[in-house]
Amino acid sequence: MIAAADLSPAYDLIVIGGGPAGLAAASLAARAGLSTVLFDENPGVGGQIYRGITSTPVKNGTVLGEDYWAGAALASEAKASGASIVNGATVWTLDPSLAVGISIAGKARLVQAGRVIIATGALERPFPIPGWTLPGVMTAGAAQTTLKAQGLVPSGRTVLAGCGPLLWLLAAQLLRAGVKIEAMLETSSRRNWLRALPHLPDFLLSPYWRKGLGLMREVKAAVPVIPVQKLAATGAGKLKEVVYVSGGSERRLLADLLLLHHGVVPNVNLAMAAGAAHRWNERQLCFVPELDDDFGSSVPGIAIAGDGAGIAGGTAAAERGRIAAIAAVRALKPEASVPAPQVVRQKLAREEMGRAFLDVIYRPSDSFRRPEGDTIVCRCEEVTAQQVRATADMGCEGPNQMKAFLRSGMGPCQGRLCGLTVTELIAEQRRVSPAEVGYYRLRPPVKPITLAELASLPIGEAERKAVER
Amino acid sequence: MFKRLHDTPTVTIKVNGQTVRARSGDTVAAALLAAGIDHCRTTPVTGAPRAPYCLMGVCFDCLVTIDGIGNRQGCLVPVREGMEVATQVGKREAGR
Ligand code: FES
Repeated sequence: MIAAADLSPAYDLIVIGGGPAGLAAASLAARAGLSTVLFDENPGVGGQIYRGITSTPVKNGTVLGEDYWAGAALASEAKASGASIVNGATVWTLDPSLAVGISIAGKARLVQAGRVIIATGALERPFPIPGWTLPGVMTAGAAQTTLKAQGLVPSGRTVLAGCGPLLWLLAAQLLRAGVKIEAMLETSSRRNWLRALPHLPDFLLSPYWRKGLGLMREVKAAVPVIPVQKLAATGAGKLKEVVYVSGGSERRLLADLLLLHHGVVPNVNLAMAAGAAHRWNERQLCFVPELDDDFGSSVPGIAIAGDGAGIAGGTAAAERGRIAAIAAVRALKPEASVPAPQVVRQKLAREEMGRAFLDVIYRPSDSFRRPEGDTIVCRCEEVTAQQVRATADMGCEGPNQMKAFLRSGMGPCQGRLCGLTVTELIAEQRRVSPAEVGYYRLRPPVKPITLAELASLPIGEAERKAVER
Repeated sequence: MFKRLHDTPTVTIKVNGQTVRARSGDTVAAALLAAGIDHCRTTPVTGAPRAPYCLMGVCFDCLVTIDGIGNRQGCLVPVREGMEVATQVGKREAGR
């Protein structure tokens, strides 16, 4: 275990995030001779997709599937590469001078980088339905995380709802682990099919479609899959029933656990707080960073690889990490030998191929992204859709002004679970595009840090400069 | 809500003074879920109960007090033998 005090004051490359992009980037850079450190917040490497890859108690290989186990090679490569890999390390600031503020076991440090690769990946898109804050309602990703890392599986009446590849994958994994799933409530609109057709040829050439069809078949054989147009969780103090509307009639399902998912979006907090420019992506319905061919952001020296650069999945993430790392090596140590970038780019292009089809076919319906009435939008401050809409109608033009009125986005999650919803609601009320409305302005610290942690910073010249501005 | 696939718990922690058996490799949030503890905290605004929602460090619904330090994200902290966990009530207990 590496402690804050063991860190060097400076590294050639600092990689933030230990998923496929971060692991691949750190391995490549360290092998090429850059002094490299990888910071990851979780107890072990792997990110979300390869969560618990070095420690999972789920030894039966078929439960999680071969795509999961592919992560083991990345993890062991990174370990052997000479990069320092630090888990339990929370990055709370990154500034344009490439000073990285890190906190490990309650002790904070500022570390200087020659280059930074942000590989903080994705998080699940907010899914604001009535009752989504009740205990018993979780994200599908959460259930997958605890299956991978701790071997925990749902034990009561379990309902899955939403859309997207991860929901099917989770359903299949739970079934293989012996879990009974009461129903899978499918929220994507049938109309998406027509819009997705132009992207079908590419999809058929991609590795996704065979796997996808197989998973869907596996799940449909064991679970009723019901198309739904409305969805709510109800119960007093915890989930009791899932209420849905299918084909015009309302139905109720007793449930102990409701797992929600309708896609993932880039986790933009650190990149935005570092000043990287982002723009609205209408196909993926989220903000993505503006990047060059090497995944360099608008801030010199900071690259953003993996799903944080726009959603493309785990295997694409690793290739993106490699491309960003090659650029870092070329900038800092031009004489070092690195893999040929064209080869990596070709692999990446293949991995990204079926994405457009998936984005369109699983585009979450408007009604599941833009709630109404007293459905909670901001979980932390318990702000409702009605409040956001009414405040927008009063003339509040953007999410930052909204903070002053409603405190939305000002709780501990710093807008991670409400940012896109608030932007889209304001856009709908003002009848403008989300691009025009923009996103929360994010500032460091991007994770809460205590005064005690700040006080543990050793005070030197560099540190003084980093905080006085 | 959750059960263990196979491993037997080997670590003992205290949750609100009660003994809870966990497995080394559990996060605090996972240990609470496996023990059937149905919420981690109540919210500062309406006092509504909350349980872990994302298990990946983004939602902060898993905030608990761990060994006397408040507002720790239970889903990011691994359990340790003898750890004392307390669920939180209402206002985020800043500085505690
Ligand atoms: S469960 Fe979401 S931050 Fe821990």
